[in-house]
Amino acid sequence: MSTHAPADTAHAHDDHDSHGHAAHDSHGHGHELSFFQKYVFSTDHKVIGIQFLITTLLMLMVGGALALGVRWQLAYRFSTMPIVGQLVFANEGGQISPEFYTMLFTMHATVMIFLVIIPILAGAFGNFLIPLMIGADDMAFPTLNMLSYWFMWPAIFFFGLSFFVEGGASSGGWTNYPPLSAIRAAAPGSQDGQTLWLIGVTFIGVSSMMGSVNYMTTIINMRAPGMTLFRMPMTIWAMFITAILQAFALPVLTAAGFMILADRTIGTCFFIPGGLTVNNTPTTVGGGQALLWQHLFWFYSHPAVYIMLLPAMGMVSDMLSCFSRKPLFGYKPMVYSIAAIAGLGFIVWGHHMFISGMNPALGMTFMISTMMIALPSAVKTFNWLGTMWGGNIQFTTPMINSIAFVSMFVVGGLSGIFMAAVPVDIYIHDTYFIVAHFHYVLFGATLFGCFGAIHYWFPKMWGRMMNETAGKIHFVISFIAFNFTFFPMHFLGAAGMPRRLADPYNYPYLEHLLPLNQFMTWSAIVMGFAQFILLANFFLSIKYGKRVGRNPWNANGLEWTAPSPPGHGNFDILPVVYRGPYEYATPNLDVDYFPQTQYVPVEQRVNVAHGH
Amino acid sequence: MTTETMPHTPHPHTVAHQFDDATQQREASELGMWIFLCTEIMFFGGLFLAYAIYRHQGYAGFAAASHKLDVLMGTFNTAILLTSSLFMVFAAHAAEHGDRKHFVRSLSLTIGLGTLFLLIKAYEYYLKYEHGLMPLGGLPFHWEGEHRTQAHQFFNLYYLMTVVHALHMVIGLAILGIYLAQATHDKPVSELASRVHITGLYWHFVDVVWVFLFPLLYLI
Repeated sequence: MSTHAPADTAHAHDDHDSHGHAAHDSHGHGHELSFFQKYVFSTDHKVIGIQFLITTLLMLMVGGALALGVRWQLAYRFSTMPIVGQLVFANEGGQISPEFYTMLFTMHATVMIFLVIIPILAGAFGNFLIPLMIGADDMAFPTLNMLSYWFMWPAIFFFGLSFFVEGGASSGGWTNYPPLSAIRAAAPGSQDGQTLWLIGVTFIGVSSMMGSVNYMTTIINMRAPGMTLFRMPMTIWAMFITAILQAFALPVLTAAGFMILADRTIGTCFFIPGGLTVNNTPTTVGGGQALLWQHLFWFYSHPAVYIMLLPAMGMVSDMLSCFSRKPLFGYKPMVYSIAAIAGLGFIVWGHHMFISGMNPALGMTFMISTMMIALPSAVKTFNWLGTMWGGNIQFTTPMINSIAFVSMFVVGGLSGIFMAAVPVDIYIHDTYFIVAHFHYVLFGATLFGCFGAIHYWFPKMWGRMMNETAGKIHFVISFIAFNFTFFPMHFLGAAGMPRRLADPYNYPYLEHLLPLNQFMTWSAIVMGFAQFILLANFFLSIKYGKRVGRNPWNANGLEWTAPSPPGHGNFDILPVVYRGPYEYATPNLDVDYFPQTQYVPVEQRVNVAHGH
Repeated sequence: MTTETMPHTPHPHTVAHQFDDATQQREASELGMWIFLCTEIMFFGGLFLAYAIYRHQGYAGFAAASHKLDVLMGTFNTAILLTSSLFMVFAAHAAEHGDRKHFVRSLSLTIGLGTLFLLIKAYEYYLKYEHGLMPLGGLPFHWEGEHRTQAHQFFNLYYLMTVVHALHMVIGLAILGIYLAQATHDKPVSELASRVHITGLYWHFVDVVWVFLFPLLYLI
């Protein structure tokens, strides 16, 4: 005889809003908040998370538009862009000038990395999920949390402003190597646009730093009774380790940013070599080294690559387990491999600099440490497959996006090993091969993971579901168009097409790549417009989605025991945790899930033990 | 109904709603400050790394330029800053015991000594400017002798590191000033104890940074 279903206490009282506010009042700090305190300068982690989410979704469209500019030029070089060309590039007769092309790819990367990927993972999902999943009322430092959101806006403002100053936006690539970025005369984009870029990145840095201090403190200090470290969902582990990476890598970039700002504004020479004459300017005093910037930059930006991936890995682990209706395969190895990826992430930055001038012995160590990252990554991939294997898979929108995450991560991961090898890297460095690689990881893996996560936690945010059909249509179009856009980039790279060239077809050996590029551009346009389906689905579902209760997916985590949406203070039923979050398909239960908060009375356990 | 399932004892007004009790709040603030200080170590670490590399490459110029700094003033300033840290400890101790009189006195001394440090630092900058050793923003660099480029780099680093350090002190002084104002305006000092304690951690950290800056810039 089986024990009875976990009488999901949450279902017992399923009226949403009234409950949340009742919980709020019972705390004895219920006072009316003005509109601004509630929705604009809110200190509630859920509101801040949703603010981050909506901001990053809008920035995703901005970054995508910049990318389409790049793609247009690569397919139809110096031809008038339809519709927008005459508006934006009126001075150049509707064409993209080579200078503007450099700004397009620089700002595309800047927007996508600093305003989309990092804040959507840590800012949006980190904020929304951490207190809910560990059973806390809010973050440890709510005001700091609010500041971390609002510090994003000066960055958005400065990045936007930089397009309108003399010379235009930064054009040195998102890596901003000096002397291009340190000497004002080096390029049109090296003028005020570059300074604004550095100020913007500094704001983003402060924002991220405030976020990670908050996340670490909250996760260490604010867990509900019974929520031991190894009962935390993978999402929380990933957010925690990401916060460590961010907190300890990012300040180094801030320091380097201060130095290069000083080089640009008050005439120091931290990164400027001596005896340099650029575009007829006076010879530099010098004494600095451009290479030092690369080391400091990549000391941050390589860990940043994992900051842009690990949280998605965590969220996908949760979704895969839930929709396979099976426990996560190898929970502890999953935790340790995330930690290993993060740890190794600190000692591999030199693999970005194999052709910048490096002692071959040092190159060898960076090569070996980089290849070692394949081990924990393979453990994770194996465990995701093991989770799905034999599971009762439900192909919901979050699930298909998660499966896409796993498969695209494999493609992006394997191409990474090519570039980790010094001899291969010397050939494919700065070609489209690397562009293919990081788009497979950042878009193919992270962004599909985020698409899944948006659909998965949307009911918790608004108490309504997103439309499944629209979600699947969005997924299918995005997935096919994504692969049509980025898979051919491997071929371009192997054919030797360098990245960041406004007119690669100047070189006869690249002329035959034009038709392939045109195909990729049209795929990219389809992919770009497909995102309107996501936006429409998101915003319309807030108002018109199907109303649901607390636990629409029959999942185990603490967040599903709170009302949808949770009120101020999150939980109306004080969460007490009895087990890990992956107890799906437990024998002796009538249903295939077993919430973390479900208590099993003694007599029931005795019955099970005696096989009744 | 919800009140039954939420056996919440009423919160004292000094404990924010997300914390269970004062102990958890205090532990969270302390942990947060320690994590922040770790990020600060990495931040200054980037600057120290640049110093180490350029010193390694331009040893002679760095040594010559270092001798242009006033060791006496540097030593005096080090003593002042360490003393201010001592009074910071006294202030935190007094706040812990709700002793307003000693709290106000110790905190005033901390702030006073910190301000004195900044004034002496500013005077040092002024002397360097007089001697043409402030090659910033187009100002001239009067350097007789060899290793001009390395000496230039030394002064670049000297100004960047000490100004960033001074900036940290200004922020610390502002925060301490707020506590002083609150304590003199009827706020029970025991309510300030936790915040004073973590600000103290920050103040000591800024002090420790100077303890590294002083030998690297003035002595070797």
